[in-house]
Amino acid sequence: MSPLDLLVAVPLGFMLAALLSGRAARWLILPAVPAMAGLALWLALVPPDAAYLVGHWDLPLGILLRPDGVARLMVAATALVIGAVGLHALVDPPEKAGNAAQAETFWPLIYLLWAGANAGFLTTDLFNLYVTLEMVSLAAVALAAMGSLEAALRYFMIALVGSLAYLLGVALLVGRYNTVDVTLLSQVAQPDLATMLALGLMTAGLLIKAALFPLHGWLPPAHAAAPAPASALLSAIAVKLGFVILLRLWFEAFPAVTGPTALHVLGGPGALAVIYGSVQAMRQQRLKALVAYSTVAQVGYLFLAFPLVAGAPDPSGAWAGMMLHAVAHMLAKAAMFLAAGLMLKAAAGDRIGDLGGLAQAMPLTVTAFGLAAVSLMGLPPSGGFTGKFLLLNAAIAQGAFLYAGVMILGGLLAAVYFFRTLSACFAAGPAPREPATRGVCTAAPLVLAGLAIAMGFGGSALHNLSAIAAPWAAPGAAAP
Amino acid sequence: MVTGHVYALTGAILAGLGLFAFIILRHPLRQLLAINVVGAGIFLILGGLGRGPDATDPLPQALVITGIVVAVALTAFGAAMIVRLAEARAATNAATRPDGGKPVP
Repeated sequence: MSPLDLLVAVPLGFMLAALLSGRAARWLILPAVPAMAGLALWLALVPPDAAYLVGHWDLPLGILLRPDGVARLMVAATALVIGAVGLHALVDPPEKAGNAAQAETFWPLIYLLWAGANAGFLTTDLFNLYVTLEMVSLAAVALAAMGSLEAALRYFMIALVGSLAYLLGVALLVGRYNTVDVTLLSQVAQPDLATMLALGLMTAGLLIKAALFPLHGWLPPAHAAAPAPASALLSAIAVKLGFVILLRLWFEAFPAVTGPTALHVLGGPGALAVIYGSVQAMRQQRLKALVAYSTVAQVGYLFLAFPLVAGAPDPSGAWAGMMLHAVAHMLAKAAMFLAAGLMLKAAAGDRIGDLGGLAQAMPLTVTAFGLAAVSLMGLPPSGGFTGKFLLLNAAIAQGAFLYAGVMILGGLLAAVYFFRTLSACFAAGPAPREPATRGVCTAAPLVLAGLAIAMGFGGSALHNLSAIAAPWAAPGAAAP
Repeated sequence: MVTGHVYALTGAILAGLGLFAFIILRHPLRQLLAINVVGAGIFLILGGLGRGPDATDPLPQALVITGIVVAVALTAFGAAMIVRLAEARAATNAATRPDGGKPVP
């Protein structure tokens, strides 16, 4: 037994149990949270060479699970986010009025998402990654369908096209190299037409899943319409899997094929996404649409970091910045969606102007929203600040002033739209409809936002964690 | 090898046709079928390119079978969503039409 396979098997077990136990399924989150938190902690502490071959089949037939720094951070952040969102949903089930059955479907889906995300973060097998991508998409589409079927169906169709583009790339790689393992591919990859075509197809497919501008069109309607706990999981986790697989492809499997300059193909749209997402967020009148467009902008930073990592003489800083930014966004965005959900329940309407009076009525929830906004804007001290600071540092050291300027501008624009929201909360307004919320409901976003802030103080430990078995440290060192 | 290339080329043509259909068709059920045609094409490419010179290679075969299972599951899920959406739309139409829902006084 190893934490690597348990992290996938245990949530699948909880999913089956949730399917079988019907109305009692919600209570399964109480044993699931400590179990998964323990496994994530165990994973953070295993030795770096503790790779695990599923079913003890050797490569290239077997599937390798591997605890590198990326996997450790993402699995831990996933456990925190799903744990907090699950406890929140236990007290305040995500259902529309008069549709109690909907709350039951929520529980198996979050365990499916949990298993798929963990498997995706741990594995290095490109075909297995396709399966995890589909597990996560299936759970994400079904979660989005709890809000709007139209938006979910649109998301489903576009996600399917993305998956098939990725699968076609995998098919070309199988034909060319007869292996789909990232570590094996990194040793044999050649810069020829088939490899380039495969990499291009897979990248395009994954960018749809990660919602990078200009392939983000499905995200705002799906994320804004879903119930708050579902939106939190979609924005925090579902888009991150595409990002992590792209890391595997560009930095681990094909660094020799692409070269640092090719990464501007990702960095350019990333920079545009920061600007476009921020401007769109400023233009939104409804709170959840604003938060959803902020995700479009924040995803941009993740891809803007790709050329900065590749171009740096010592990539450890930019790499840590990218990973810290990803984790801080997961925590802060989940906190923000949960807080927004509570605020909208109490407010008179779903527009930002309707939030008046909430700062007096629900100070802790508005505080959670504010703390999450601090991390998303990149104000110190917070995980978002540390991540952006490391990336900005790397950009200036390389003379990439365009990227540096975009990062600073993105932070300023984020400040504009988040302060607009917060000042609306402090304005005088009518008495809230439902001022009292139960403790856990208020605590979940506050804890997540607090963790995003606390990351600003644990920078060096997280920096070291992100560097474990990183591709730039020792190429091929992670192979068994 | 040549036989494999015939399969792969057929697969490429199927995938192209499916993608074309997906782009020009509007009804979600037709789009779902078009995506299935693309999927079938990709499985043919996977099997055709992965075919060894004389013996059959187990790796692409295993991948194709897994891929088909995933495709079946997703198609069923998509079809269920389309049905649910059609039901929801029918219910809204019935409620808003004067002769549906409640009779107008």
